[in-house]
Amino acid sequence: MNDLLEYTLRLGDDALIAAQRTGEWIAAAPQLEEDVALGNVALDQLGQARSLLQYAGSLDGRTEDELAYFRDEREFRNLQLCELPTGDFAHAMARLLYFATYQHLLYDELRSSADETLAGVAGKAVKEVAYHVDHATQWVLRLGDGTDESHRRMQAALEALWPYTAEMFASDDVVRRLSVAVDPSTLEEEWTRRVTAVIDESTCERPTSSYQHSGGRSGRHTEHMGFLLAELQHVARSHPGATW
Amino acid sequence: MDFQATIDADGRIEPRDAMPDGYRKTLIRQIAQHAHSEIIGMQPEGNWISRAPSLRRKAILMAKVQDEAGHGLYLYAAAETLGVDRADLLDLLHSGKQKYSSIFNYPTLTWADIGAIGWLVDGAAIVNQVPLCRCSYGPYARAMVRVCKEESFHQRQGFEILYTLSKGTEAQKAMAQDALNRWWWPSLMMFGPPDAASTHSEQSMAWGIKRHSNDELRQRFVDMTVPQADVLGLRVPDDGLVYEDGHYRFTEPDFTELYDVVKGNGPCNQQRLSHRVKAHQDGAWVREAAAAYAEKQAARKESAA
Amino acid sequence: MIEPLWEVFVRSRRGLSHTHVGSLHAPDATMALRNARDVYTRRQEGVSIWVVRASDITASSPDEKDEFFDPAGDKVYRHPTFYEVPEGVEHL
Repeated sequence: MNDLLEYTLRLGDDALIAAQRTGEWIAAAPQLEEDVALGNVALDQLGQARSLLQYAGSLDGRTEDELAYFRDEREFRNLQLCELPTGDFAHAMARLLYFATYQHLLYDELRSSADETLAGVAGKAVKEVAYHVDHATQWVLRLGDGTDESHRRMQAALEALWPYTAEMFASDDVVRRLSVAVDPSTLEEEWTRRVTAVIDESTCERPTSSYQHSGGRSGRHTEHMGFLLAELQHVARSHPGATW
Repeated sequence: MDFQATIDADGRIEPRDAMPDGYRKTLIRQIAQHAHSEIIGMQPEGNWISRAPSLRRKAILMAKVQDEAGHGLYLYAAAETLGVDRADLLDLLHSGKQKYSSIFNYPTLTWADIGAIGWLVDGAAIVNQVPLCRCSYGPYARAMVRVCKEESFHQRQGFEILYTLSKGTEAQKAMAQDALNRWWWPSLMMFGPPDAASTHSEQSMAWGIKRHSNDELRQRFVDMTVPQADVLGLRVPDDGLVYEDGHYRFTEPDFTELYDVVKGNGPCNQQRLSHRVKAHQDGAWVREAAAAYAEKQAARKESAA
Repeated sequence: MIEPLWEVFVRSRRGLSHTHVGSLHAPDATMALRNARDVYTRRQEGVSIWVVRASDITASSPDEKDEFFDPAGDKVYRHPTFYEVPEGVEHL
């Protein structure tokens, strides 16, 4: 697979799988206003996924839907962080803080990529994810510095997802060879600074676990991914070749 | 101008105006039921967001279900202008003391059901709601203007889903017809019992809350929908359907089914309500945390000042 | 626990005033503003938002509306249509 395709799939799959999980909150959020807010987040993520998968598809003659619905698990390139089950609302906000802060730094850099399509997608997405960071931040502050129960849950969620964060910054030959890509290892320091500032202000402790999972970028996923894809793909796969 | 004079002059009643107790109660009941229907109505479609068969459809469906949350929100706000609190109305929904539209107690079994809901259920809702934009109570009328404006895409996207299916494979066509067969009668029942058996209608008409009778609106819906079914190449499951004098005469739905579903015996009553209650309970600690944080921040501001 | 109610005002585009669009619940002003963005500007309805705690609004009472508003009724000379303009006069 060529590097540009591989790279675009990574970004597109991150956004797609994140959207699939965020979408689970619609009709299940803690209050109506949050159903609407998370609906916006999910729609932004799905919009990014579509732009990126359309671009990826244009590189090897597939459509966004062929990529989303007719690839098997091992062909998906997303971070494991994005596919983990939804968990409670604290987990959702911890994941959004970690992921959107990463996406924000990434898209901000990618805006000046020599690849015009990637730069264009990033230019639009960077504003969307800035809002996601803000939304997650507001909630991490409120949950961390709210009640004893919310503090305990927020801390637990930050801890539970921390071991899935290093994968975001793993550099490899693909990003090193590909001049139009952002090498994510360059983002880690600033990411850590920003996330730490939010966690500190929320009165939670920044997790320190050093063990880190990996594998998503090479198609090795968690057990949860199979179920996620089964749900996402089953209608389309039951009617191959159909138009919807 | 007093209440009745305002109503007679087709004016609008605003929140702090004097109004008969019955008017207030009727409105609270109706607006709350409408709001409950919006948020319960998120479920039958919401459970297809994860399975929508194309990314374009997934985005449209997400936006639509999200709109329904927004509509619930506008309507609860309209009810609150009458002196009730949203939290209390939600409690009444959760305890089964207030109802929501029975249509949402039917299951969505295939992707075509998402098309049928948009086309038929939203279509029926629009027929019901457009006259409410002229309802005598200002905040309700204004909320409905916003809802109707936003809902205009809901019905079209449903029709488009079915249109695509009806032009698709044999399996897709069968799916579309099956959905129409299952949703047709419940949609007709969305307009409520026949006029002769409707308990609240007369007073609501006199108060300018309701502008047309149930049967009138039902007929309008059938007249509008049958030609659309022809375009889809689908068969409306009513052997008694005939066109005469500019209207489609149709078989009266079996209203005993409606009463049964209202009583709680629909296929999904339990499921819908318990999902709603669970989301509310699961979110309690989040709402408490937000309130606690707001209090702490206010106290900090106070002590800093 | 009851979350406060906020009234939402949106400026639909530059050059226009903020207009009341509805209300929502939020625990504090920061969240109220964000919720207002998500709930009331999903279709590009606005370029600026105000949120005001509903309990902070002082409103005129319908009981007082006669003395508040009726006295303005006979001041017809405040309206330009009160004045006669001779034929042929422009820019007036």
